[in-house]
Amino acid sequence: MSDDPRPSAFSASTPAGAAGRDDAIVLHELSHAFGDVHALRDVSLRVHAGELFGVIGPDGAGKTTLFRIVTSLVVPSQGSAQVLGLDPVQDFRALRRRLGYMPGRFALYTDLSVLENLTFYATVFGTTIEQGMRIIEPIWRQLAPFSDRRAGALSGGMKQKLALCCALVHAPDLLVLDEPTTGVDAVSRVEFWELLGRLRDGGLTILVSTPYMDEAGRCDRVALMQEGRVLAIETPAAMAASYPLPLFAVRGHDRLAMLAALRASPHAESVWPFGEVLHYTDTRREVQPGALAREIGELLTTRGVRDVEVQPIAANVEDVFMRMAQTPHVAPGQERAA
Amino acid sequence: MSASQRRDTRSERRHDTRLDLGRLFASLRGLVVKETRHVLRDRQTLAILLLMPLVQVLLYGFAIRTDVRGVNVAVVDPTPDAVTRALVLRVDGSVRHDVLDVFPTSDPLEQQFAAGRIRQAIVLPTDVSRRIARAEPLAVQVITDGSDPNAGSAMASYAEAIVRRWYAESVVAERGPAALRGGGSAQIAVETRMRFNPTMESANLFVPGLIALVLTIVSAMMTAIAITREKELGTMEMLLVSPLRPATIIVGKVVPYAVLGIMNIGIVLGAARVVFDVPVRGSIPLLLAQCALYVVTTLALGIVISTGARTQRTAMLAALGGLLLPTIMLSGFIFPIDSLPTPLKAISNIVPARWFLVIVRGIMLKGSGMSVLWQETLVLFGLTTALLAVGIRRLSVRLD
Repeated sequence: MSDDPRPSAFSASTPAGAAGRDDAIVLHELSHAFGDVHALRDVSLRVHAGELFGVIGPDGAGKTTLFRIVTSLVVPSQGSAQVLGLDPVQDFRALRRRLGYMPGRFALYTDLSVLENLTFYATVFGTTIEQGMRIIEPIWRQLAPFSDRRAGALSGGMKQKLALCCALVHAPDLLVLDEPTTGVDAVSRVEFWELLGRLRDGGLTILVSTPYMDEAGRCDRVALMQEGRVLAIETPAAMAASYPLPLFAVRGHDRLAMLAALRASPHAESVWPFGEVLHYTDTRREVQPGALAREIGELLTTRGVRDVEVQPIAANVEDVFMRMAQTPHVAPGQERAA
Repeated sequence: MSASQRRDTRSERRHDTRLDLGRLFASLRGLVVKETRHVLRDRQTLAILLLMPLVQVLLYGFAIRTDVRGVNVAVVDPTPDAVTRALVLRVDGSVRHDVLDVFPTSDPLEQQFAAGRIRQAIVLPTDVSRRIARAEPLAVQVITDGSDPNAGSAMASYAEAIVRRWYAESVVAERGPAALRGGGSAQIAVETRMRFNPTMESANLFVPGLIALVLTIVSAMMTAIAITREKELGTMEMLLVSPLRPATIIVGKVVPYAVLGIMNIGIVLGAARVVFDVPVRGSIPLLLAQCALYVVTTLALGIVISTGARTQRTAMLAALGGLLLPTIMLSGFIFPIDSLPTPLKAISNIVPARWFLVIVRGIMLKGSGMSVLWQETLVLFGLTTALLAVGIRRLSVRLD
C-alpha cells in the first residue's frame, strides 16, 4: 500500500459513504439485481480526484452495470453512490452536465462523417467544437485528416479516438469509459492508454474498465471484479507484490502433458495456461525458487516432456486475479471494502 | 490545463445553464440537422418513402376503379308508357349503363343478380305518368350489386342522378317549368339499396385511406425505427447521459419524419388530383390542418412503439401488426365499419385512422366543415393527446 498516491483517503476515520474532499466517486455497498440475476453485490469503492482508476474483470463481472450506476443511467437496487459530490439518483441532471461517458459500444453514427459526429455531440452537450478544442486538440489532431470520412469507414482505433473526442468535447470533470479498448488492435490500445494518461496528467479523473488484465498496469489503481463483487482494490504494483506464493513460467513442447503433470503434483496450488506458457504456483513458499524451478523441470522431463524451461517470475495482475477468482472469500479486497 | 482552471470553467458553466432557451434551441437544431442527415443519407429508404405514396395512388386508383362503365341494368316497369320509356332510353344511352331487360315485376331480379347477368336494377312503381301529372310522390328503387363497394356506390350514384334528371324533365314536360319550383323535386324518393353488401359505406374514394396508410408507414413506423436504432447502436445511452431531456431528444428526432409525412400528403393529394381528377370539395386549409393533426397522431404512435421496443426489428413488426393492419382493416378504408363484427367495431373506435377517414372523406367528398366534423376532430385530438401522454410518460431518463 505504500505506493498508493493518496493513502489518506482510505483512512478509517472517514465515515462510510461520505465523500472526502478528494474523492470523485464514492460507492457504498452498492448492489444491483436484474430480476434474479445479481449484477452487483455489495460494491464499495472510492475513486480519488485526478486518478486514473481501472475496473478490471471478465465479461459479466458487473463492470457495465457499475458504470451505468455511476453515470446515473441505472438506479441501484441497494446502496448509495456519490459522484462529483452529487447523488446520481437525485441530482442526475446536474451530474450529467459534468460527465463524459463512452459506452461499451462506441456511440457513433456510422452514416455521419467524423466532423458531423463531433459537431452533433458538441451541440447535444451545449457547447461547440471550438470551445472543446483545447481539451480534445491532441486527439483531434490525429482525426482531422479524416474529418469528412463516415465514421463507419474508420478503423477500430480511429473510431475509439472519435468516441473519446465526443465524450470529452464538453470538458467534463469525470470521464467514464466502458471497455474502450475492446475490439481494438494492440497498437491502438497502447496509444489510447497513453492518451488517457495524458488526460489524467491534465487533472481529469478517469474511471475506465477493461477485460484485459495486461492493461491494469496503465492505471493508478485498479479494482478487480468478478461475479458482481470487488475482489481487491490496489495499485497495480502492490497488487502484483501481494502474490503470496512462488510463481513460475513453464515452457515445453507438450503443453497438455505439462498441464496434466503439474496439476497432479501434490505441491501445486494452480496451473494456468497463459498463451504459450503455463503459470504454475507452488504451495512451498519456504523453498528457494531456484531449487523449486529445477525440481519442476526434472519432474516434467521424467514425464517425457522435451525442451522444458522453468523460470521463477513476478506475478502480474492477471495471476492475482486468477488466484482471487479461485478463492473469492479470502480476497484481501474484502477486508478493505467492508 | 491545471485542476484549478478546470474548476473555474465548471462554475462558469453552471452559472449560465439556468433555463437557457437559446441552448435548448441550439440542441434541438443539432438534433434535427443530424436526423435529417440520417434521412438524406439513406437514399434507398428515402426513395421508397417518397415513391411509395405515388405507387400506392396509382395502384389503388387503377385497381379499384370507381369509374364504372358498361354496367348491365334491368328496369322493372309494371305500367310502361312514353314517360317510363324515356327513362329506359336515358339509362341505356348513358356511357355507363346498358339496359338488358325491362321486366313487368321484380320477381326475376333475384335470379338475374345471382347469375351475375345484371349488376343494377331500377324499380319503378305503377302509373308513373299519372303520379307525375298529379304531382303525387314517386318512389323509385335503385338496387345495386354491392360486392365491390367502390364500384357499387359509384354505380348507385350514377343511376340515382339519371333517375332524378329524368324525373325533373318529365315534370317540366307534364306541368311546365314552374312545377319544379317550390320543392317540386322533393316529390321523388330514390331509394338506393345494395345487394350482397347492404350496409356499404361510401368507400368510393381511396385517397383518404391512402393518406392514413402512408402516414402510418412514414411517420409512425419510421419514427419508431429511428428511435430504436439509437437504442441498438448504443447512442441512446450517450444521449441520455447528456443534459438533454428525453422529450427534447424525441422532438428533435421526429421533426424530419413529420416533414416527410407532410410531403407525402402533398404527393398523394397531388397525384390523385392529376391522375384521377379527385376533387377536394371542402376547405383545403382545414384538410391540411386535419392532416397535420394526424401526422402528430402517427408520430405519437411511433414514439409509444419505440418506448416498448428494444430493436428495430421489433419496432417494425409492432408498427406493421399493431398499426398498419388496423389502419387498413379497422378504419373503414377497405371494409365498412358497419359491416365489421361487433367486437371489431368496438376496437375500431380506438383506431385513430377510423376518425381521420371520416374527417378527410367529409372534407374531400362532401365538402363538410368543422360544424359537421367537430366530433370526429375532438375524438382524434383526444386520442392524440392520450398517445402523446403515454409516450412521454414512458420516456425514461434512464436505461430500463
